[in-house]
Amino acid sequence: MIKFDRVGKLYPGGYEALKNLSFEIEKGELVFVTGHSGAGKSTLLKLIAALERPTAGTVLIGNQNVSKLRRAAVPFLRRKFGLVFQDHKLLYDRTVFDNVALPLHINGVVGHEAGKRIRAALDKVGLLNREKAMPITLSGGEQQRLAIARAVVSRPAIMIADEPTANLDETYASEIMKLFHSFHQVGVTVLIATHDAHGSAEFGGRTLHLEQGELR
Amino acid sequence: MIGQILAQHRLAFSLVTGRMRRAPLALLMMIAVIGVTLSLPAMLYVALENIQRLAGGFHTAPQISLFLAMNAPEEQIKEIDAQLRKHKDVASYRFVGRNNAWQEMQQNTGLAEIAGGLEQNPLPDAYVVETKSGDPAVIERMQQEMQQWSGIEHAQLDAAWIKRLHGLLELGNKLVLVIAGLLGFALLITTGNSIRLQIATQQEEIALSRLIGATDRFIRRPFLYAGTLYGIGGGFAALLILASAVWLFNESVADLARLYASDFHLIMPTADISLALVGGSALLGWIGSYVAVNRALADIESY
Repeated sequence: MIKFDRVGKLYPGGYEALKNLSFEIEKGELVFVTGHSGAGKSTLLKLIAALERPTAGTVLIGNQNVSKLRRAAVPFLRRKFGLVFQDHKLLYDRTVFDNVALPLHINGVVGHEAGKRIRAALDKVGLLNREKAMPITLSGGEQQRLAIARAVVSRPAIMIADEPTANLDETYASEIMKLFHSFHQVGVTVLIATHDAHGSAEFGGRTLHLEQGELR
Repeated sequence: MIGQILAQHRLAFSLVTGRMRRAPLALLMMIAVIGVTLSLPAMLYVALENIQRLAGGFHTAPQISLFLAMNAPEEQIKEIDAQLRKHKDVASYRFVGRNNAWQEMQQNTGLAEIAGGLEQNPLPDAYVVETKSGDPAVIERMQQEMQQWSGIEHAQLDAAWIKRLHGLLELGNKLVLVIAGLLGFALLITTGNSIRLQIATQQEEIALSRLIGATDRFIRRPFLYAGTLYGIGGGFAALLILASAVWLFNESVADLARLYASDFHLIMPTADISLALVGGSALLGWIGSYVAVNRALADIESY
């Protein structure tokens, strides 16, 4: 599903975020990417989601070589992923419902079908009764769940979450992790970057530990 | 597939109209700016159109005077008469016999003295020809043609003033084109700038949409609709201003025309002009927003 072959990422200015990285992730796997902040976790996820291009080596998603992708093809690759960002990236000028609607609209799903899928996604994260609320009125945990609903609504094959529990207290954090685990159980490939490793032990799954841009 | 594309467009359209409904003042101002800007060249154009119509009404004025040779034989005069009668561009013609002309000259207060100094009638027989067309080129061609007829000593044409008028109108037309071009460019900038401001307020949404797989086309679509709708609204506003101006001026123009025993009045902009105005305005709006969005997309390019 995902294959890194001697991948490196050198940022302009000389900062080398990833060095000579090779690994493979099978379809349906649950993988935790751990490491201190600055170890290259976010960069790794960005390379997978085609948000950035590697400066060395090849990244294969499915059978597509991300490094060689035409610019016009990039959006279509990105649609395969459900992204949960560290800072949620919710749109605060529209309702919970409309936030979840965005990926569907991008995918060309509108109208009745979209409504059905949006409500199913909101139901899954327990926000069905808040669909008309504005995101700013939600608690931190609820906002993160909304971000997850937005990530799953277009039924992606791969979910990628960058520090999804970073700013949440213990109870909320474990709720969120359970949610990701449930996606893994229905066959979705799940990648989670996290700075604390103990979540991974609880749910099984593989751990990729990064230290200064290298796998350890 | 087509249903999906239509649905996408409907979505972008309703998104834009929703935003416009939430900010009606901004919409109104935008439409007013475009309307006022466009109404200026449109008014000039309609004014010119009317002057041209008025000038076209002068076709009784351009005359060609055909002076026959002294003592031209009777049959030659008859032949010229026949030629004039069947000429397709001649509206009417009138024979002025040399004796009649001589009498007229002697009775004319200003010319009687000169005539008195002459021993005999120096005037030839003549025809005064009125042309159907007011076009100086046509009239000139007629004059040259008639000059060639046998028995015609001199075909004289007083079309200088009409040439001047047409020259002025031509100049006016060019002026309208230049002004329309300049103001069109200004409109392009105005719409582009307004769209740029909208993009700035939706920067987050655009950036996020890109991250989760939106194509440039998807991002561009609502802004293109916004620009086009501004253009259409502005075009109609310009039309409204134009029609009001014509209506307002018409009363005074009709009064003035009545003094000259004419029923001349300004005509409203025609359907094709109205269509061109609204269509052109819509096109300008579309181009303006297209340029603005593409510039913004290039600025937030991340991949």
